[in-house]
Amino acid sequence: MAAAETLYDVIRRQGITRRSFTKFCSLTAASLGFGPGAATAMAEALETKERVPVIWMHGLECTCCSESFIRSAHPLVKDVVLSMISLDYDDTIMAAAGHQAEAILKETKEKYKGKYILAVEGNAPLNEDGMFCIDGGKPFVEKLKWMAEDAMAIIAWGACASWGCVQAAKPNPTQATPIDKVILDKPIIKVPGCPPIAEVMTGVVTFITTFGKLPELDRQGRPKMFYSQRIHDKCYRRAHFDAGQFVEEWDDEGARKGYCLYKMGCKGPTTYNACSTVRWNGGVSFPIQSGHGCIGCSEDGFWDNGSFYDRLTNLHRFGVEANADKVGMTAAGIVGGAIAAHAAVTAFKRVTTKREKADAS
Amino acid sequence: MTIQTPNGFTLDNSGKRIVVDPVTRIEGHMRVEVNVDENNIIRNAVSTGTMWRGIEVILKNRDPRDAWAFTERICGVCTGTHALTSVRAVENALGITIPDNANSIRNLMQLALQAHDHVVHFYHLHALDWVDVISAISADPKATSALAQSVSDWPHSSPGYFKDIQTRLKKFVESGQLGPFKNGYWGNASYKLPPEANLMAVAHYLEALDFQKEIVKIHTIFGGKNPHPNWLVGGVPCPINIDGTGAVGAINMERLNMVTSIIDQIIEFNDKVYVPDIMTIGSFYKDWLYGGGLSGKNVLAYGDVPEHVNDYSEASLKLPRGAIINGNLAEVLPVDHEDPEQIQEFVTHSWYKYPDETKGLHPWDGVTEPHYELGPNAKGTKTNIEQLDEAAKYSWIKAPRWRGHAMEVGPLARWVVGYAQNKAEFKDPVEKMLKDLGLPVSALFSTLGRTAARALESSWAGHQMRYFRNKLIANIKAGDVSTADVDKWKPETWPKEVKGVGFTEAPRGALAHWIKIKDGKIDNYQCVVPTTWNGSPRDPAGNIGAFEASLMDTPMSDPTQPLEILRTIHSFDPCLACSTHVMSPDGQEMAKVQVR
Repeated sequence: MAAAETLYDVIRRQGITRRSFTKFCSLTAASLGFGPGAATAMAEALETKERVPVIWMHGLECTCCSESFIRSAHPLVKDVVLSMISLDYDDTIMAAAGHQAEAILKETKEKYKGKYILAVEGNAPLNEDGMFCIDGGKPFVEKLKWMAEDAMAIIAWGACASWGCVQAAKPNPTQATPIDKVILDKPIIKVPGCPPIAEVMTGVVTFITTFGKLPELDRQGRPKMFYSQRIHDKCYRRAHFDAGQFVEEWDDEGARKGYCLYKMGCKGPTTYNACSTVRWNGGVSFPIQSGHGCIGCSEDGFWDNGSFYDRLTNLHRFGVEANADKVGMTAAGIVGGAIAAHAAVTAFKRVTTKREKADAS
Repeated sequence: MTIQTPNGFTLDNSGKRIVVDPVTRIEGHMRVEVNVDENNIIRNAVSTGTMWRGIEVILKNRDPRDAWAFTERICGVCTGTHALTSVRAVENALGITIPDNANSIRNLMQLALQAHDHVVHFYHLHALDWVDVISAISADPKATSALAQSVSDWPHSSPGYFKDIQTRLKKFVESGQLGPFKNGYWGNASYKLPPEANLMAVAHYLEALDFQKEIVKIHTIFGGKNPHPNWLVGGVPCPINIDGTGAVGAINMERLNMVTSIIDQIIEFNDKVYVPDIMTIGSFYKDWLYGGGLSGKNVLAYGDVPEHVNDYSEASLKLPRGAIINGNLAEVLPVDHEDPEQIQEFVTHSWYKYPDETKGLHPWDGVTEPHYELGPNAKGTKTNIEQLDEAAKYSWIKAPRWRGHAMEVGPLARWVVGYAQNKAEFKDPVEKMLKDLGLPVSALFSTLGRTAARALESSWAGHQMRYFRNKLIANIKAGDVSTADVDKWKPETWPKEVKGVGFTEAPRGALAHWIKIKDGKIDNYQCVVPTTWNGSPRDPAGNIGAFEASLMDTPMSDPTQPLEILRTIHSFDPCLACSTHVMSPDGQEMAKVQVR
């Protein structure tokens, strides 16, 4: 059997020289903040590794995460699927269906025990014995737990898998439950957002396949490299916020001049994500650049924090020093003692918000 | 037992039962069961929506201006169309008008969605039903090049280009790690393409994957991101500032140039790759004209893409509107969303309860009380379904009907309505395609017809985008740069109690939202979506839905491989997260939703 095509092969085939390839590795390692040794490790990994099997399952969701993933510009998703990972199961794009699809799960679980990545898009509803999401005639939650047993690591794609998202918004009729409340004994990387940015998604996957380890996570389980700072911290409209220049009404003079959207309800000051730096769809724009405030879609419970147009009232010009870890620590402490009832979640949000305010002042 | 349905199908469930679960390459979760006779011909079909999220009940008591964001998350594949439907419903209820530029920008975004969704649907969700990937390995790259150059002047067509693709594919297959192509139905007798056509299609599968991410940049420019761009009740959130202070952060010349460039690429890709591919594939599948189902009988379209701002009448809509019943193309009937006698939903075979299940309810009077139970003849248990009982309740999808008829919606329905209305922009391309393939009009009513209509529509959408791009620029040139009307932005300005309806043509068909607003909050919200129409279960009269009808009488070459079932179901581009929108149990608050 011929060797699997590696990323290095792909790059060379596209006319890139060995020298440029090495340079690419150094620059990528540097841009991610790694030392010089990392570049060599990255080069070696890209040249020689067999592709890691990835099982991508779908629970209650809208498939926006899959759609986002295929938008990745660097790397191209074509190269991810053909050369970097082995996407052996993904309901959305796989050729097989029914029994032939189910057979792949069984085979992967046995053949790649402890060696495959389980990527989960969506979450599991627990009401009605799990039958609000039926897969192969059975509750999705059963299939999820079964595949999690032998996974090397688990990725929670998007707000659904990470926090619950829209179907878990009050009153959460199906009891849609984020996967870290269902799978308790495995490392779970949360990649929140509705959806997450394409290059953040492929960045997380290629980090694992390149460096052979999980990315450093904050206390809420999110990769620090993409989720450790707020949209507001790096927003190109920040200067207008600092100068007190705000959009007061849609399509007013301030809107046309690109002033700060804080008064229109922008949640950038309380949202941890990479939108204002990585931006969307190959760097074309991000919500604030296109005139609408951030709706905070990578934050836990963002659907239940009042209207998207309500002004944040807990904001007192806090600086960039209140980082994700501080907020995360608060959250972890409270969640630990809380029951997964909505009332508790709401209370937790309130406390988190207060604490944030305390941090800020 | 044999049953004759009122809509003209003979069901016989005595033969061998085949279950396909999960149905893959769709949005969401779905199951299909069929019975085949001794010749492996499908004689009974059962389609089931197997997921359910409850967005409508979640919307209760929320700010109507936020509803677009919630409903947009009904679906991330047809991202934006629910949001547009929602802002239209809220604007309709509150009497809000939008500026001309906002109409052009919304049309550009909606048309970009049509183009994107159709390309991704065909190449990445549907093509593997027609294209045998493994066969491409044995193609002659020179012959492939000759084939490609005979159907299109698309530049990526040299023998070397196809050889490189083939080499990469070969290495991929030989690695033994087949990824998404693992356990496919390669070699099945229902694949009809020669290796060269398969290789050309595989090359275009990869090119389309690269290209689709460009199309959505239209959403990113105007809505900040894709999937799930941002929208605004009263207009669009992006301001226009062509050459003043701060223009660099608004819709300016550079942004408009990017829009123009993307539209040019969309038109070129459709006309040089997508449509020629459909013609090539169609030419090898001319004898496989199964899957027509309801398309030659009952079709429904709401219309979309208003030419004139704030005018959603049939005359203003560029996508056709109307209903055809009993195959009578000579008469296109008017559709009224507000008439309680026209659109109704039934639940006799859905996992919901009505006080009187013999009757249907208009969305403004809708009741949603979940009731999950398997029928007496189902096999398995409540949490391990082996076989459904279609004589009882069997799906999370309700059964919407138009004047009592099960209807097909989607690109084919739209194009059949446009054809019946003798609109040249729909009729001419259809007739040209049929003529080039040497097929009669009746061939349109098939799985292949559905797939071809989608390609024609993607091409149509690209050209319409160019039209609305020009319209936007002409209006800016005339001195109008406004993008939002804020007169009724504040809830204090709203009446105490109002109701409204908004509609669009989503890529997969007719979509409408019905809203009731009371004291500034959502009092009730109901969506009836394309896959609810197409994927509907049986109704009290026994009419089968469009998916079910389309599977009838199709022969399977190998009943252990559901290739033909997937091919026909995929031709509808099913979206199950959309269809199973309705609300859920637990707690009195949600046990019943009374809309009025």
